[in-house]
Amino acid sequence: MFFCLLCFGIIYSQNTISGKIVDENNMALEKSHIHISSKSTNSKKDGSFIIRNVPNGSAKVLITYVGYKPIDTIIDVSGNLEINFQMKQKSEQLEEIVVKHKNNYFNHSVSEQKIKEKTIEKFSSQSLGNALKEVSGVSILKSGSTIVKPVINGLHSSRVSIYNNNVKLEDQQWGTEHAPNFDINAAGKITVLKGASGLQYGGDAIGGIVIIEPFSTKKDTLFGKTIMTMESNGRGGTISSSLHKGNFCDWSWNAQGSFKYFGDRESPDYILSNTGNREANFSGDVKYIGKKFDFSAYYSLYNATIGILSASHIGNVTDLENSIDNQIPSTIRDFTYSIKNPKQQVQHHLAKLNYNYYIKDGESIGLQYAFQFNNRKEFDLRTGVSDSRAALDLNLMTHAFNADYKLSINSWDFKSGIMGLFQNNSANPNTGVRPLIPSYNKFDAGIYAIVDNHISDDFSVEAGIRYDFSTIEATKYYLKSRWDERNYSPEFNHLIEGDFGTQWLTKPTFTFHNFSASVGTQYSFGNEYEWYFNVSRAVRNPNPSEFFSDGLHHSSGMIELGDLRLEHEKSNKISTSLQKQWKNFKININPFLNYIEDYMFLKPVGFETTIRGAFPVWEYQQINALLTGIDLNSEWQISEHWQHRLLLSYVNGKDKTNDDFIIDMPPLNINNRISFNKKDWNNLTLELQSEMVFRQTQFPNNNFITNIIVDGELTPVEVDISSPPAAYHLLHFASDFQFKIANNSMATLGFSVFNLLDTKYRDYLNRQRFYADELGRNFQIQLKINY
Amino acid sequence: MKTLNNLNKTKIFFLAIAAVSITSCNNDDDPVNEEEVITTVTTTLTNGATTITLTSRDLDGDGPNDPLVTVSGNLTANTVYNGETTFLNELDTPAEDITVEVEEEGEEHQVFYQIPAALGTFGYTDFDVNAKPVGLTFTYTTGNAGTGNLTVTLRHLPNKSAAGVAAGDITNAGGATDAQVTYPIVIAN
Repeated sequence: MFFCLLCFGIIYSQNTISGKIVDENNMALEKSHIHISSKSTNSKKDGSFIIRNVPNGSAKVLITYVGYKPIDTIIDVSGNLEINFQMKQKSEQLEEIVVKHKNNYFNHSVSEQKIKEKTIEKFSSQSLGNALKEVSGVSILKSGSTIVKPVINGLHSSRVSIYNNNVKLEDQQWGTEHAPNFDINAAGKITVLKGASGLQYGGDAIGGIVIIEPFSTKKDTLFGKTIMTMESNGRGGTISSSLHKGNFCDWSWNAQGSFKYFGDRESPDYILSNTGNREANFSGDVKYIGKKFDFSAYYSLYNATIGILSASHIGNVTDLENSIDNQIPSTIRDFTYSIKNPKQQVQHHLAKLNYNYYIKDGESIGLQYAFQFNNRKEFDLRTGVSDSRAALDLNLMTHAFNADYKLSINSWDFKSGIMGLFQNNSANPNTGVRPLIPSYNKFDAGIYAIVDNHISDDFSVEAGIRYDFSTIEATKYYLKSRWDERNYSPEFNHLIEGDFGTQWLTKPTFTFHNFSASVGTQYSFGNEYEWYFNVSRAVRNPNPSEFFSDGLHHSSGMIELGDLRLEHEKSNKISTSLQKQWKNFKININPFLNYIEDYMFLKPVGFETTIRGAFPVWEYQQINALLTGIDLNSEWQISEHWQHRLLLSYVNGKDKTNDDFIIDMPPLNINNRISFNKKDWNNLTLELQSEMVFRQTQFPNNNFITNIIVDGELTPVEVDISSPPAAYHLLHFASDFQFKIANNSMATLGFSVFNLLDTKYRDYLNRQRFYADELGRNFQIQLKINY
Repeated sequence: MKTLNNLNKTKIFFLAIAAVSITSCNNDDDPVNEEEVITTVTTTLTNGATTITLTSRDLDGDGPNDPLVTVSGNLTANTVYNGETTFLNELDTPAEDITVEVEEEGEEHQVFYQIPAALGTFGYTDFDVNAKPVGLTFTYTTGNAGTGNLTVTLRHLPNKSAAGVAAGDITNAGGATDAQVTYPIVIAN
């Protein structure tokens, strides 16, 4: 009988559930929505709520509040209950649309690769490019040791877009010897999207997109971080400090500055003269978060002086041949901190205003205006002209406006937006050198829409389309002889605006209409399998150097010629990735195929003789290219303290038009890292990394014959500019441990050695591989203090 | 009032940007005045009464046209010539004499003369502040009758202390080539 009563009680009892809804700081949250069983209510001003008549048994609880992670749980009700719920801020308000997804943020049908704060900190005294190498499928293209550009699945420069805080970096990125104008210390998180699937960003990133997000926090605290790094190679260091005032509403701000100072770097056998660099950077933002909107203003400055290896300044092909032949730089001086010509001085300002309005849960609009100003000065060794006068002086100014709308209803996510951009490049005419890149005005406009449907928790489909309009008007002086040699007459004679003796003043104008699209799916199945599949089409317009180059490139000893007839290039990429997670092992395999129509590249076409001697001429041509490859990464928790990581990437680039290979494709590389971590021992971490880079065996033969004087007689020799350097293997060591220095202050001390065995090597993807070896051993000590 | 102030500030900001845009659009009216291009290398060889002039002229600089090479006459065998080399930028009017700059920055430059051994030998007659040769003036002692090429090379920042360089051997000179011209010469008896 008693038992029956009990049963009765369980089934029919009506209970009252009350409690309080608070945030992470135990502050009351008013008007949060509470849903228990079939009843619902809103919390009062003090965060309290009461729901009556809840039957016994298990009840579903759902608590939501805009900007906070919903609480979705089940409670057992067997009497009156008082429960308090603490809600957590969504790490980023904008995340609300994609918060359902486990792994990817920017596109749901490609697997994204992220670089975390700890890795970014390790590269504090290096560059963005070096840090990106931590992602499988990303290699680096270098000019010397400090100018480093990311290469994603074999593509780089104009084909890789870099977004800093939602703004595309416009920093003369077409040039292979122009490193991204960005200080790695200003990054909080870096995401790499391989391929052009991030349509909300642009439709022309054929290679991929690097998305940098600055550090920000919603915690209501003030804290900071200082990282000091000393390096033996270059005998210099970096100091970077940041202060963050977080807040979940009202005002918050971040400020960060860094300073870098290095002298000549060293290879194992000699000083790499004139390879020092300096940087002084700042970034900061102020943000106001209201109930339904947020507003932020951001500014960053990148300011760098970069020395260019003295020996890489060559005058003609004889110098190049001597350098390749001697295998030792032609100029080796004693170590110095001073930077002479040739050198680069770059300054990049970025200022942006951003406003987001949250219409309702799952629906928001964002408005953004960004202003960028980039000044690039390149100084050369010159006769009769003061060293302090730049040989190239470009001012690039960009205004960009974006408006984005996001909506999330049930299983559907919808994103759409428009973009407008005005850009002006002005080449300072007082350099005394004909500028490589002419002055121009460019106007772009774009519109996109992306829709995503989560058919089930395990299966989602995404599709997007984008249209871009672009028009560019340049002001360019052509030597009349060059105009004729290019056969521009009579086809382009209508562009001629003036006659200046030996030169034509022309105003080439081009307009492009581009459509890009991306379709993909994500599917989770079986035992922790995850599968992504994406097909995308991207279209890239010729950049100013592809259109207008006409002149001698001093570091490569070649004459580069652009072509006004170039069409836009079209990429069709299929990318898939399969992830499998076991208990202690995780693997991600990512094969891809990228068929690029009208791929633009430089091809040697003959010789021109000038007063300096004969030079090979390379001109921009278009072919159909096929890039195929595979990226693989795995993580293995061997035991409690031991971990292994593998990165492997391989890409094959074929010129389908001429049945040849494509130049500058990264060779197969395999990166193994074994690490030991013990929390009890001050969180001690020890790492040993092996970097194996194979010799590139697939390369086009661009060698040429030139006459060089041997014993007073002109003698033909073959200049071998094609053969890739030998394979190499490097070992790197890293270690760090943490200790407390005050109540609220932690410090991390790191010691690492790059190129542990002082291995002498050259890299195929270094534009200066003809002149000098890569860096030798480098000891690094890093102290990080959190306060 | 505060709003108005902010509005004004915004206005000023945009006006400033607009001003920069406008000024930057305007400085492309004239072509760049190319200053350091060497268009013309002239070597004169004087033997008392006769002067032979060797010229290489490339008026489109790095443009596609080949330099025009002229040699005014034949040289006489086994004769000592006093020589002089000049460098001009004829894109400027009047032509800029780059020889003066080379002379002023003598320690950063050296002119090399290369010829098959049978056709003679060269000796420097001008020197920089470190008593190292510059090579704007020289003597050329011709060999026996024959034909061949004379190559004149102007090197920027050579290592003048390297083996053989001060004696006119370019092999170890390093540096970067500012000009390199080749003249066909004929030595007659």
